[in-house]
Amino acid sequence: MSKFTTQHEDFKNLQRRLLYLRLGLLLGLLLLSVRLWYLQVVKGTYYRALSEQNRVRTVDLKPARGLIFDRHGELLANNIPSFNLYLTVEDIRDREGLAAALEDLIGLPRAETKKRLALQAKSYLPIMVKAGLTLREAALIEGHRLDLPGLRIQAESQRNYPQGPLGGHLLGYVGEVSPEQQDEPAFAGLSQGSIVGKAGVEKTYDQVIRGTAGEKTIEVDARGNERKTVEVVEQTPGDDLYLSLDLRMQQMAESLLGEEAGAVVALDATNGDVLAMASRPAFDPNQLSRGLTSAVWDQIVSDARHPLTNRALQGQYPPGSTFKIVVASAALESDKWSSDTKVRCTGAFPSGNHVFKDWKKGGHGVMDMEQAIVNSCDVYFYNIGHRLGIDAIAETARWFGLGQPTGIDLPSERVGTVPSTEWKQRVRKEPWYAGETISAAIGQGYVTVTPLQMAVATAAVANGGVLYKPRLVRAVRERSSSHLREIPPQDRGTVPLQDRTFALLHESLHGVVTHGTGGRARSKIVEIAGKTGTAQTVGARPVQIGTNQDVPKQFRDHAWFVAYAPADAPKIAVAVIVENTGHGGTFAAPIAKALIEEYLKVSETDDRHQNARQF
Amino acid sequence: MIDTRTPDNFEWRFVLVAMGILAVGVTSIYSVAPGPAPAGQAPLYAKQLAWILIGTLAFLAAIAIDYHKLARHAYVLYALTLLLLALVLVMGRSSRGAQRWFALGPIAFQPSEVAKLVLVLVLAKYFADVQRAGWVQRVIVPGLLMLPGLLLILKQPDLGTAMSFSFIFVSMVLVGGLHAKALGMGVLFTSMLFPFAWELVWTSLHDYQRERILTFWDPTIDPAGKGYHALQARIAIGSGGLLGKGLDEATQSRLKFLPEGHTDFVFAVFAEQWGFIGVLVLFLLFAALIFLAAEIAFKAKDPLGLLLAAGILSMLGFCLMVNVGMTMGIFPIVGIPLPLMSYGGTTTVTSMAALGLLLNVKRRRLTLFY
Repeated sequence: MSKFTTQHEDFKNLQRRLLYLRLGLLLGLLLLSVRLWYLQVVKGTYYRALSEQNRVRTVDLKPARGLIFDRHGELLANNIPSFNLYLTVEDIRDREGLAAALEDLIGLPRAETKKRLALQAKSYLPIMVKAGLTLREAALIEGHRLDLPGLRIQAESQRNYPQGPLGGHLLGYVGEVSPEQQDEPAFAGLSQGSIVGKAGVEKTYDQVIRGTAGEKTIEVDARGNERKTVEVVEQTPGDDLYLSLDLRMQQMAESLLGEEAGAVVALDATNGDVLAMASRPAFDPNQLSRGLTSAVWDQIVSDARHPLTNRALQGQYPPGSTFKIVVASAALESDKWSSDTKVRCTGAFPSGNHVFKDWKKGGHGVMDMEQAIVNSCDVYFYNIGHRLGIDAIAETARWFGLGQPTGIDLPSERVGTVPSTEWKQRVRKEPWYAGETISAAIGQGYVTVTPLQMAVATAAVANGGVLYKPRLVRAVRERSSSHLREIPPQDRGTVPLQDRTFALLHESLHGVVTHGTGGRARSKIVEIAGKTGTAQTVGARPVQIGTNQDVPKQFRDHAWFVAYAPADAPKIAVAVIVENTGHGGTFAAPIAKALIEEYLKVSETDDRHQNARQF
Repeated sequence: MIDTRTPDNFEWRFVLVAMGILAVGVTSIYSVAPGPAPAGQAPLYAKQLAWILIGTLAFLAAIAIDYHKLARHAYVLYALTLLLLALVLVMGRSSRGAQRWFALGPIAFQPSEVAKLVLVLVLAKYFADVQRAGWVQRVIVPGLLMLPGLLLILKQPDLGTAMSFSFIFVSMVLVGGLHAKALGMGVLFTSMLFPFAWELVWTSLHDYQRERILTFWDPTIDPAGKGYHALQARIAIGSGGLLGKGLDEATQSRLKFLPEGHTDFVFAVFAEQWGFIGVLVLFLLFAALIFLAAEIAFKAKDPLGLLLAAGILSMLGFCLMVNVGMTMGIFPIVGIPLPLMSYGGTTTVTSMAALGLLLNVKRRRLTLFY
């Protein structure tokens, strides 16, 4: 500006510059409007979603699982209230502090908390960090909730097994659905954290008893506090199951096995109902359903006695002499042998360069079929095996349902092995050797069965040939309608034996108990028929010296006993195996007897079974 | 000599626009915390209404006392203000690492807000007096005049007000008539000094201020931490969409996801509730205010009036730009309230007094003073 500028020009200059200021401010407003357009109109949907995610939390309403009852209405599984601790990752301000606080308050290891937090991919969904808080723990956490945003305690139902370990194997247990399970069609569509059956009936009937989860949508404020409920979809409880199991029989079976490893299966011979199915050692399904720490889980899984295995349907044992029922049937149905065929037992049977011994030193003398069964003469059956060959035996074994699943409504059933020439070629890529037939004829060698298969076969012998599919669940009560839907008994056809074959078997098996190897099963109140078995343990047993008692426990024989009663009109069939104890007649027969007596005593004197029909 | 005429159309428009903005502010403050207040406290919106009442008195007083008379006491007023700014460092109430307020019983008084208005007055007075002077008198001297105030405010620290302070100074220097050549030299000088100044400023910043500036660039780096304010404000604004969510459904502000919804982030509250269309209406109100204020300045009778009005315009305009800009994520978050909308006693009364001064300038443009 020059010195000649007048005051008026000065003022004009001021005014001119003022307009720049105004222009600048208006341009600023315009710029802000553009930015506003971008945020609200261009990205509006995106930010709307973010704000919804901020405010809305969905809480799964877990359905109550259906109840499980035994055949008399005794409660086997129910639900109890439980305080479960949930975390919403998005609401957490300080992970380290939270993990430390949880360790202080409820003793949850920091690493465990962080591991669980890392698992959750959707940060706005709550994730369970601990189930079954004690009241004290719940109160402690509630007291600190303002300092620990993101925590929520939810009262939910927890699966409970009032009988403890009793029947644990067949009931199974529950747990959160695993990522692998979510891929299976039966578990499709379940949200993370859903409780599903992991084993036993809980798994087989999961879709029936699971119920349908509900969902509660809540609005939370910036601190994660619930402000109001936006929407509730109620959960539907699952249907109830009525098992064919008889709780008293189950109790008895388990206590009779005691600390021994083994299995007991008791079936209703007339329809295949599972009356008892025990497997020892057992586990407590309560413990497994409440979310174990990994240390406890590892301990259970690595237990050398395999408590999680249901030996009744997963234990594959050589049937030992109980297999003689099958071999005898094969002989009687063939034209190479008859009930009158006699064999002189000298205690040994030479085959090739090997001599097969009878269990009785010096032999049994001259035996016919019935005597051979009653006395469990090995040499007699060596001769049958030698005469019939393995394939005839295998065919009959398959008639009895061996080597195939029984079709029981429980998961993970094993099928055992029914060896044949074809089988050996296929599986072992070797020809069948004649000497192997000799072992197979007394239920050793390649033959393996499960206790359940033996129980089903025994029931078939007892009822004249009907091979039932074991039925564990008799009925389902639908929660919605209270309608009781019965699951009818099913059979898998009949064992095609002639009547006279059955007659001879019935006579002989009765004889086993009255004057044979199964004398320990003789009862004062009921006529029992059965067959003992002693399964040699697989593997290299040291050279046998002396009696079984001197051998280390893990090399001792498994004791088998299969039985049915009453002998003339069978109602119950039982298979018992006690691992590493010795002779079946000594160790397994008394267990079968006690169970049978208990069952028949009650069914004669107590009308509860009749009532049970009406549920 | 006091103008006793009744308000004309222009003044009615001006008052209506200001009342509109004030009403929007009260509504937004109300919607953040509807329902009864904690025991023993009046609800925020009621307090804000009380402030507006007091502000109205200040507004009327600012019209009544002739600005020439005020300007005569500008230096005294500025000295008093500096004294207050010094006192607040000694006696003020400190909260969140800053010492900005005097606690006067139940009310908090923030001298730096008043200081901005006094700075406008004193600079207007100064530039009106040195119209024909050289660039030293036009830049250096007013710079030295402004500096003690700026330093005292930075000392609190109050980055936002310090920025307003500087902006008022710069814009008044520019309007006051700096040579283009001098402006260029100034820019050169500043850019040479910048590395040193940056070092000085950066190290003197508090940790939270640095974090705010850093997370400004990308609030999503740490959504639950330092970027939380910025991100939640953006979510609030963006989720408002074209038409807004309405008062009840504005979850970001109602559920407190948006922090400071009644003060610095009141704009985000409004934007969430009323959407793009609503904000455009609000912007139109602000634009109207800018136009009216600029017209007052333009038609001022003398350089003092013009400079005073221009200073007020730049003071309010800067706060508007920076506040809305930081809420939308185009400026770092600094504590600058939105004039006439944010909750706060000092800012409301000061802003309304500033509007009063504008009308003061307008009213005296046709009357002969001497």
